[in-house]
Amino acid sequence: MSTDTPLPILKAADFASDQEVRWCPGCGDYSILAQLKKILPTIGVPRENTVFVSGIGCSSRFPYYMNTYGVHSIHGRAPAIATGLKTARPDLFVWVITGDGDALSIGGNHLIHAIRRNLDINIILFNNEIYGLTKGQYSPTSPLGKVTKSTPMGTVDNPLHPLSIAIGCEGTFIARSIDVHIKHLGNVLARAAEHKGTAFVEVYQNCHVFNDGAFQYATNRDTKSDTILELEHGKPLIFGKNRDKGIRLNGMDPEVVQLGKGISEDDLLFHDEKAPEPSLAYLLSRMRQPEFPEPIGVFRAVDRPRYEDEVDQQIEIAREQQGDGDLDTLFQTGDTWIVE
Amino acid sequence: MADAATPSETSSDVDSQKPVVELSTATVRFCGDSGDGMQLAGTQLSTTSALLGNDVATFPDFPAEIRAPRGTKAGVSGFQVHFASSTIYTPGDRVDALVAMNPAALATNLSDLVPGGILIVNQDGFTEKDLKKAGYESDPLEDQSLDGYRLFKVSMTKVTRTAVEGLDLSVKESDRCRNFFAMGLVFWLYDRTMDATLRYIDEKFGKRPAIAEANRRALKAGYYYGETTEAFSNQYEVPRAELEPGTYRSIMGNTALAWGLIAAAKSSDMDLFYGTYPITPASDILHELSRHKNFGVRTFQAEDEIAAVCSTIGAAFSGAMGVTASSGPGIALKGEAIGLAVMTELPIIVINVQRGGPSTGLPTKTEQADLLQAMYGRNGECPVPIIAARSPSDCFEVAQEAWRIASMFMVPVILLTDGYIANGSEPWKIPTAKSIPKRTIEHPEGTNSGEHFLPYQRNELLVRPWAIPGTPGLMHRVGGLEKQDGTGNVNYEPENHQHMVNVRQQKVDNVAQKIPLQEVAGPEQGKLLVLSWGGTYGACTTAVQQVAKEGGSVAHAHLRYLNPFPKNLSSVLKKYERVLIPELNMGQLDLLIRSRFLLDTVAYNKVQGKPFTVSELVNKIKELL
Repeated sequence: MSTDTPLPILKAADFASDQEVRWCPGCGDYSILAQLKKILPTIGVPRENTVFVSGIGCSSRFPYYMNTYGVHSIHGRAPAIATGLKTARPDLFVWVITGDGDALSIGGNHLIHAIRRNLDINIILFNNEIYGLTKGQYSPTSPLGKVTKSTPMGTVDNPLHPLSIAIGCEGTFIARSIDVHIKHLGNVLARAAEHKGTAFVEVYQNCHVFNDGAFQYATNRDTKSDTILELEHGKPLIFGKNRDKGIRLNGMDPEVVQLGKGISEDDLLFHDEKAPEPSLAYLLSRMRQPEFPEPIGVFRAVDRPRYEDEVDQQIEIAREQQGDGDLDTLFQTGDTWIVE
Repeated sequence: MADAATPSETSSDVDSQKPVVELSTATVRFCGDSGDGMQLAGTQLSTTSALLGNDVATFPDFPAEIRAPRGTKAGVSGFQVHFASSTIYTPGDRVDALVAMNPAALATNLSDLVPGGILIVNQDGFTEKDLKKAGYESDPLEDQSLDGYRLFKVSMTKVTRTAVEGLDLSVKESDRCRNFFAMGLVFWLYDRTMDATLRYIDEKFGKRPAIAEANRRALKAGYYYGETTEAFSNQYEVPRAELEPGTYRSIMGNTALAWGLIAAAKSSDMDLFYGTYPITPASDILHELSRHKNFGVRTFQAEDEIAAVCSTIGAAFSGAMGVTASSGPGIALKGEAIGLAVMTELPIIVINVQRGGPSTGLPTKTEQADLLQAMYGRNGECPVPIIAARSPSDCFEVAQEAWRIASMFMVPVILLTDGYIANGSEPWKIPTAKSIPKRTIEHPEGTNSGEHFLPYQRNELLVRPWAIPGTPGLMHRVGGLEKQDGTGNVNYEPENHQHMVNVRQQKVDNVAQKIPLQEVAGPEQGKLLVLSWGGTYGACTTAVQQVAKEGGSVAHAHLRYLNPFPKNLSSVLKKYERVLIPELNMGQLDLLIRSRFLLDTVAYNKVQGKPFTVSELVNKIKELL
């Protein structure tokens, strides 16, 4: 994003609104808010050109806490509102803040279409695998068998994997991070902001009250090096406390292998976020605990034309071909007659 | 007057060998299978008649199925054209001439033909199989059941095939030209020139010379068939109408609506964003707008109705002119988001091209049964201004008026039309761009003062400022939660909620200060007032004029503004002993008028997917006088 006026140097605090933050103490949302406020000054887009759009849910209160333009809309519809906003005003820097219920349940249709259109917007999905605002029903990402207020005997519907869906829509930027992994989170959000096209980021976010510890395996100091795999473009998929385990492709399937004993780094799967085919990214998105470490970082970052640019271009072409719109010309097209 | 088929008998000899009988008005209907090209035949007759200077009103009537099984009654498609030498307001109650391409078309349309009317049938379509499909036990062309009409049996299929011989067309392609033959015959019968249709053929089929030539030949074959065969003993002529001087064109409701939106955007120096989802009968607005990108129009075909309205709200927040359109089922889906626009106080236009309901209902048929949906179809206290178009060309004016109200009051406006207006056409006196008033829409300017911007600070009409992204110092958040007046901060306090509900209502009520007073046609007071709204305008106007001409004391008020009502409506209504409210629903305006003004009104309702006929209304009016 660029602007003609010299940029004032802003700090994280400049992006804070005057509203008191009202998430539960200990909520993972605080960390995401802090990281976004921290990276926004580094992106360099003025606050007045930035718009946060959200739906309904705990995470969707986000826009109220940002000193930018914002729309706290209705349940599931943030991507649709952002689509209109960005199409009408391609100059704006647009963020969608959503949750697992908002994005994948009631708003699933809008999410997939926003991603396939590839508008230059950033969608951050706070995934806490629970409905927090309505006090603890299971969400479309809750693991099978999850006991919640609405499923006392456990869920019987198979969960969705947000990244698999985004990749299925051939999203051009797909990434994952974790609320408490703040440095990683900041970097991923910055990469998302810089991406030209729809950036889709899933953040594992702890709901302290209704689903505490859902991602403990990924955040616990003792276990996280075995349960999490940090993706790096062009590098082999290695993980483990001693960085002695890796992911190898066995035919079409990934498998965990021990390095050494005849297996070297060269035998491992190398990450290629720029692969034009989304198959590798999809395979990574399917890797789940406990069978596999769960990848975090940028799964996919490719370039494809942006919806709003194509719309603008058609307008330009129409103007070249038909001339600037003129009402008198329009009214006179086709058969007319004169009454004297 | 609509079914006044009686010739004024001033036979005159023109160039043609056959005598010409002058008529003041004629109503013709083409009907056939939905693949027979009847809509095109009707459109061409209406364009041609308009170009000849007649006043014209049309009524296309087609099935929801694109191709229902051939030859069945369900698949019959019709197009009625009423042309006259005086001002007319309806496509006519009954038809003076009926062209039927097959038995099913005859069976479903014959009852609308006036006794002694002209009946032209494609004889070749009356095979045993097709007669059976239409439910005929014997061939009506042979069994004298049509003796009450002037029946002309024409071998349209055979003659058309002969006419296009040598063009190397398949039988199917040849038969597709039959509608041009039928047009040619009707053009001759009513002394219409073929020029406009020949031009249309050039434009439409220019790239396929054989098809173009075949259609030309079929058209001329039909015309010359009338001229040379002895079947038709005379021609008819409907002289030019006395219309206000100016340049005219024929326009359909949906086109007029699209152009009105473009004009509204242009005259207020706004970019038009149109977010919509395809639905009958509203889709043609999208088709039309998507052709005018050179006006900076951005059309967005959304993934669903909800995304369509939400994208419009996003566009409005960004400072664009946001418009969405649908029909009843789609409006139902948009309800929650319309509430969001009410709550965030953003200006958008929501167009409902009404069709028969409930649920999927009658997609291609007309109805006025969404008025209460527009009025009340949302959760919470959620008032919106509502305006309605009365005729195809009126859509042009109403689109601009909707935007004037939306942008002046920062409020979503619901604009109602219906399938009858949307697909109907009439002559339209073309305005000049200069005559369209310029309007300035203001956005507050940026500031570096550091002062807190108040997004919900209101002017004397209770309207908040439209601050748009990109403006420094005015960053603010809007949303669907109840907010404190002024600051816009989330607020759940009881007194504040009451205040905000009152403010949103009062703001809509204030619209009444900025709209014209209700006008009445006819006596200023008296026995009976006919109060109508929307697409029944033509039928009501004609019926009232007819009764008045016969000496009946009846007046007519047609509402454009349905919420709020014009300020003087109450006093207007109270000047008459009785108020008759005819509607194509079960009494929705009637309910609003009764509850608002405590008047014992008379409702007259019809829900058949069809417009009122003039005679139905005349009878009802007379019954009350």
